[in-house]
Amino acid sequence: MRYLPKSQSDRDAMLGDIGVKSVDDLFAAIPAEYRLTRDLSIPRSYAESEIVQFFRDRAAENGQGYVTFLGAGAYSHYRPVVIDSLISRGEFFTAYTPYQPEIAQGTLQAIFEFQSMICELTGMDVANASMYDGSTGAAEGLMMAVRVTGRHKSVIAATVHPEYREVVTTYARHQGMPLSTVGYLKNGRVDLEALDKAVDNETAGVLIQSPNFFGVIEDIAAVADLVHKKGALLVVSIAEAVSLGIVKPPAEADIVSLEAQSFGVPLGFGGPYCGVMATREKFIRQIPGRLAGETVDRDGKRGFVLTLSTREQHIRREKATSNICTNQALVALMCNIFMTIYGKQGLKELAQQNLAKAHYAAEQFKKSGASLVFEGAPIFNEFVIRTKTYPRAINDRLLEQKIIGGFPLKRFYPELENASVWCCTETTTKASIDAAAKEVAR
Amino acid sequence: MNSKIKKAETHLSQNEGLIFEKSSPGKKAYKLPPLDVPEVDAKQLLGDAIREDLGHMPEVSEIEIIRHFTRISTWNYAVDHGMYPLGSCTMKYNARVNEYVSRLSGLADAHPYQPTRISQGALRIMKMLSDQLIEITGMDCITLQPAAGAHGELTGILLVRAYLESQGNPRKKILVPDSAHGTNPATAAMSGYAVENIRSNAAGMVDIAALEAQVNEDVAALMLTNPNTLGVFEQEIHKIADVLHAKGALLYMDGANMNALVGKVRPGDFGADVMHLNLHKTFSTPHGGGGPGSGPVACKKILEPFLPTPVIITKPDGTLGLDYDRPQSIGRVRMFYGNFGMFVRALAYIMANGPEGLRLTTEDAVLNANYIRKHLQGLYELPFDTPTMHEVVFSDKIQTKKGIKTGDIAKRLIDYGFHPYTVSFPLVVPGALMIEPTESESKEELDLFIDAMKQIATEAESTPEVVTQAPHRTRISRLDETAAARKPVLRWKPGK
Repeated sequence: MRYLPKSQSDRDAMLGDIGVKSVDDLFAAIPAEYRLTRDLSIPRSYAESEIVQFFRDRAAENGQGYVTFLGAGAYSHYRPVVIDSLISRGEFFTAYTPYQPEIAQGTLQAIFEFQSMICELTGMDVANASMYDGSTGAAEGLMMAVRVTGRHKSVIAATVHPEYREVVTTYARHQGMPLSTVGYLKNGRVDLEALDKAVDNETAGVLIQSPNFFGVIEDIAAVADLVHKKGALLVVSIAEAVSLGIVKPPAEADIVSLEAQSFGVPLGFGGPYCGVMATREKFIRQIPGRLAGETVDRDGKRGFVLTLSTREQHIRREKATSNICTNQALVALMCNIFMTIYGKQGLKELAQQNLAKAHYAAEQFKKSGASLVFEGAPIFNEFVIRTKTYPRAINDRLLEQKIIGGFPLKRFYPELENASVWCCTETTTKASIDAAAKEVAR
Repeated sequence: MNSKIKKAETHLSQNEGLIFEKSSPGKKAYKLPPLDVPEVDAKQLLGDAIREDLGHMPEVSEIEIIRHFTRISTWNYAVDHGMYPLGSCTMKYNARVNEYVSRLSGLADAHPYQPTRISQGALRIMKMLSDQLIEITGMDCITLQPAAGAHGELTGILLVRAYLESQGNPRKKILVPDSAHGTNPATAAMSGYAVENIRSNAAGMVDIAALEAQVNEDVAALMLTNPNTLGVFEQEIHKIADVLHAKGALLYMDGANMNALVGKVRPGDFGADVMHLNLHKTFSTPHGGGGPGSGPVACKKILEPFLPTPVIITKPDGTLGLDYDRPQSIGRVRMFYGNFGMFVRALAYIMANGPEGLRLTTEDAVLNANYIRKHLQGLYELPFDTPTMHEVVFSDKIQTKKGIKTGDIAKRLIDYGFHPYTVSFPLVVPGALMIEPTESESKEELDLFIDAMKQIATEAESTPEVVTQAPHRTRISRLDETAAARKPVLRWKPGK
């Protein structure tokens, strides 16, 4: 086996040193009746060339070279080559959690920079080193609101990604966290009146998403005002991180749960992605996950360590803020490098292109006879259209032109007949928008 | 004091500030293509929602970015440098072909919502990995959705809860041995259960008589790591399962230490009802500085109705699809289907090994741990004399007489060119040194490690201050962790 660095004579010498005759003697602790006396029934060992061919074949079955108008929580942005070049350094990807800071300053400094940039972009005071993803981050955001307020109930906008809501439901069910959902208005924003009724003095947290699942930007200040008047916390989910380049950050929120996949992370059939949680300074001891902090060594030299770990499971066990241990560190590094590459000017320009493409597409689709389902509130790079025919039929025709159409909403919103949410990014060409517009009209 | 250090020599490393400190207005590392649609007036479109300024985001050039991350990367120790014997973390070699295939076009750029007819390759990968993990664990079914080990634990315990609820009573308690990972009790709490600890016996194993006394109709499950965190196989595992099953409780196995078992014994055969695997441990997906992981949960047939949605199904025409219509499901634990990129890597690992390779891997992992035990026994106290599987746990009892703690020995090991073992865990061993070499170490590397540990044992006697002040050869000395926690500085701010 090519990954094993021992010859048979090495093994024999080691067994001799240990004082056993065969390696099976080392497994004597396992009762004989449970030991496997046959080979595992899995395929034979493959050569590297065969493994590569196998996965090339799978990739081909998956379809290649498609243009996509899918967003809905996973966004197709260009990934600068530098990202993979840097994260492929063994020093980064074959290291573990930086528990020994003297030999992990690279990882620690990168996390510190990541936390700093997330704070800049979200308008929060502190950010953690990462969460699994946006959906679990949203659930942990509401759990954090419960800890901070000492209350139990939570309210979720129906405009939050439906799969995020499903995950929150799974997490909340057995933690004594009753959930309720509030609907949306004709402009696609959360219904503030309904929200006002749903939030009471037992509400710990309110979860909204902006831009929301329909692509509509919520009025964060108005929601925050309402939520804070009732003494609850506002948790804002952001699924499309590139929006932060041009959309005002949710600075009025108490907790921001960001899915940073848009920052240079491959679509990868849904993961690994990069959740991250940010909050206000005063809630710092209730945030889940790892945190890197600045300190000095014995000679006063600047260095970084994992800190405030008394919040975490390896110290606090059942009283920890979360059971999270492994996070998404290498993916956070991708995001970090992406944010560094685009920086202060680039993120803005990038977001502007997304905005322009989405508005162009919405216009073209409208001209072709589709209608915009939600009007009157700003959107970023996604929008919902209603077509005359079933969206799947349109998508089937588009697929023949190697175009993947928008996401049909009926599965999650039965009331939205013939509606689908479309996404345009900087990678969406005018030509593909025009081609899609033609089919949307039919 | 360094003359006996064989594995490592110091070399120049570059200084490098924070990226923000290199920023100046107008520098760029990006270039967007010309916009092929009409420009829009963002202010008009977004109104009050517009953002005018991105604060202190950096402005740097591409070469500065390459140097920045390359320089700071050289301050890390990694598996690619050498032995990384962190106990319970299974820091094994991360094969490069796995990285290559996970980035293939068609896989890396597949959207999770793209139609299943153009997702057959991805679904096939998930199906094959599922089938092979089921065979490896001896279980009946599996979900790949959990994003990491602790997330798998949560999923597994929610499955237990859903099953017991369907039987009429979810029960109140989860039993957790005192040697367990902290994630176990934290998971139980998140699943709405009270946690009750059970004590290890003198052999470092679950005490069956004590367990029998503790298991009653209030107990939902026991969360057991096997081999446990002492590297000891629970020899009476089937009796443990019987005790639980007799009272209607289930056995949850934490698969963190599965690297000791693959191809030799299957948890499904010895009585486990549900378990998680850590693809980033046993199946070689890279640890990445702390993640991403992947924590599939395998279970027995009785738990299948409760698996998270969606579940992969084979349609009558032979194609694969996703089934969302599962009324008894615990629901989703994560959006989409899990950390798919890790599935690709894990499957590539299993394919490279085949049945013989996987068995030999396990044998080498156990051989390596026993080799270390044999050569360090006596120099370091072995608190439990029970046979060692894939990791060996010593204590600092001998060295504490000179005021040297496990953490000091760990720091001195850095000077010798090694990443330290896991320090002060499991909690049942005061001053624990938890050493897991994995199969990826050659005899030469192990001999260097043993030599280093012997030298440190000698230093502990002759020049204890060398050990307590270590490390001496790193870029920075021991960092002030107390100050970091007392006045947390968690982000860069301008003007510092």
